[in-house]
Amino acid sequence: MTLGSFVVRNTFRNKRRSLLTMLSISFSLLLLTLMMSIWRTFYIDQGPPDSVKRIITRDRVSLAFFLPAYYRDKIRAVPGVIAVVPMTYFGNVYKDDRSTNSFAQVVTDPDEYPKVAADKIVPPDQLLAWQRDRTGAMVDVELAKKFGWKIGDRLTLQSPYFPVHPEVTIRAIYTIDPPVRSLIFNTKYLEESVDWFKGQTGWYLTEVASPRDVAPVSKAIDEIFRNAPQRTKTESQQAFQLSFVSSLGNVKAFILCICGAVVFAILLVSGNTMAMSIRARTREVAVLKTLGFTRPRVLSMFVGEAIALSLAGGALGVLGATLLIRWLTHSPVAIGIPAGMRVTVPTMLASLVVAATVGFISGCLPAYNASRTNIVEGLRHIG
Amino acid sequence: MAIPISYNVRNLKLRKGLTVMTALGIALTVTTAIFLMALLAGLQKAFVSSGNSQNVLVLRKGSEAELSGGFDAALFPTLKVLPGIAKDSHGDPMVSGEWVVVIVLPRKDGTGEVNVTVRGMMPDGLELRPSAKLIEGRWFQTGQREVVVSKSIRSRFSRANIGDTMEFGKGSWKVVGVFDAGGSAYESEIWCDVNQMASDFDRQGGYSSAYLRATDPIAADALKNRVSDDQRLKLEGVLETDYYAKQTSSGAPIKYIGIVVAIIMAIGSSFAAMNTMYAAVAYRGREIATLRVLGFSRPAILTSFVFESLLLAMLGALAGILLMLPFNGMQTGTSNAVTFSEVVFSLQITWAVAMYAIIFALAMGLFGGLFPAWHAARQNILTALRG
Repeated sequence: MTLGSFVVRNTFRNKRRSLLTMLSISFSLLLLTLMMSIWRTFYIDQGPPDSVKRIITRDRVSLAFFLPAYYRDKIRAVPGVIAVVPMTYFGNVYKDDRSTNSFAQVVTDPDEYPKVAADKIVPPDQLLAWQRDRTGAMVDVELAKKFGWKIGDRLTLQSPYFPVHPEVTIRAIYTIDPPVRSLIFNTKYLEESVDWFKGQTGWYLTEVASPRDVAPVSKAIDEIFRNAPQRTKTESQQAFQLSFVSSLGNVKAFILCICGAVVFAILLVSGNTMAMSIRARTREVAVLKTLGFTRPRVLSMFVGEAIALSLAGGALGVLGATLLIRWLTHSPVAIGIPAGMRVTVPTMLASLVVAATVGFISGCLPAYNASRTNIVEGLRHIG
Repeated sequence: MAIPISYNVRNLKLRKGLTVMTALGIALTVTTAIFLMALLAGLQKAFVSSGNSQNVLVLRKGSEAELSGGFDAALFPTLKVLPGIAKDSHGDPMVSGEWVVVIVLPRKDGTGEVNVTVRGMMPDGLELRPSAKLIEGRWFQTGQREVVVSKSIRSRFSRANIGDTMEFGKGSWKVVGVFDAGGSAYESEIWCDVNQMASDFDRQGGYSSAYLRATDPIAADALKNRVSDDQRLKLEGVLETDYYAKQTSSGAPIKYIGIVVAIIMAIGSSFAAMNTMYAAVAYRGREIATLRVLGFSRPAILTSFVFESLLLAMLGALAGILLMLPFNGMQTGTSNAVTFSEVVFSLQITWAVAMYAIIFALAMGLFGGLFPAWHAARQNILTALRG
């Protein structure tokens, strides 16, 4: 019998205890993996492929205030700007108030929009049809699948912000990875039906020549409107999306706190189990030593057992987190979960490393005590 | 006959290491839950304590918030003479026409910019809000470019001490006083004279909202309906308490995240508690059999072990509460979904939060203790005695 199989067999000797410990560790690691994935999505991910060249200009105080339409030509004149389109959030309600039917609806200028959203892949004939029909709409392929929409279908939209019920025709279906699940239609169509909205827009989406231009162009745009009636705030698309997160408060500290608590909790659970299982085996340790197993050998056997147990729990937790996140991003119930969120291989490895480290630390003390037992006393021990 | 409680207490004491470790595990989970509940309680307090049940807030019809409101100043005299309005210290109706704008201020610690609400008010605006107490300096004077800032604004932004000048609107404003709004939503505001402010933001001839002080809460209700029903006005009256209660929804994301995190951690801790209790049962197999021989019934054994698990959870809950107590009152901010500005609130470990934490821990203890206790009660006496 090799050392490895001896460790594995010992690990699952008391099946109930091992199972409970594993489950306990796996739930903690599920949470840890979830938190790390959220962290990654918010702070590390670059977002959609082309978003590094996109910047967003909005009212300095809040997205809730519209910007004048004439800002567009001024932004266009800034060196480094390739294209700029007006964008306005129409709403996210479809059919009824249920969040399962909710998806984002925005209005823009279809003629220039493909230039800033080249990563949305649309068949050229569909794009042309969308640009020619003022009441046309373009939708995400996943969204079309979900509601069973086809080209030519007509939908009636509603909005919490605009007092109209525009009827749009689906003219184009786009594909993008990760999916965005939005419906886009013509801003002119909205302006025609809502009087006070004429000459206004929610924010501007601008494509710059290269990622290096993002910072200087953003600064230049804000400088133009420094003394204008409405000052602006321009930032990269990534920073723009982050601003929704940071409005919730100190999210970074929040996530770190939870992660810390989780790691400490697994340490306790795993340490507890190891202490219990090693104490029950005092006599066995003495036998092993009598047979000639050295102290380091005994020590490594028990530490190995602790690592095996927490790794098994960790693997289970990572699997659970992966499934949970996959379910969340595909489920219509959980709104606000970024569709691009997923558990990457580095995140999985990080979770497993945490599990193994915790197992190692928690196994050390009890194993050290066990390896030190006096043989004669150990043999006499009544467990 | 029931097994004495001291039996369980002594057992927990006997296996100190195990007890402490398990209790600490539960304590950590409880700590996380308390943290989240205290956040929500603080947010709730900020909004609930802001409203006064005698105050009626008047907005343009169809407008949901003060910021998106705005009505003609010509309507104000009509509002002023409505019946049921209390008299101020000068014997006039206690009403205040107000302007609310949001400005952007850089944080003192350099971690970015924050939206802050500036409220221009009439002198009665101060009388309408008796909960706001001046703690330093004096109130602003009508016709002067002066502001008073809340305590938390002073501590979080530079250039917000008495004697400093703040730059917003069309020029500089002198800080003349600091007020304490007792943890309400006003704690995140800057107050000044309404006319000065309206001219700075080109908004003369109108108000974003008006506040009316009714003689009593019942009159406030009537006043609210009178404003809303008056066809000439095209205005809407809401009780100030209702207005702020609605804004508590800003805490919804924290709530949902909190529930998910707490549940996942609780399941993990329950399994750990179960483990400890199974170990306790296994260790005392012979003891349990002896108890049965002595005549203690199965239900008595079951109850005893469940009780021991609950005791363990209770220890964890107390440790968790003690661990969190130093954070009571810690300030933090979140974005208000209605006013687009930051609302400051503090962690509030209220009695209700502590109660929920204990119930939460006991639920974990119950779940963790039930199966092992069942196992203990069903043991065969003879085999256990021999083992």
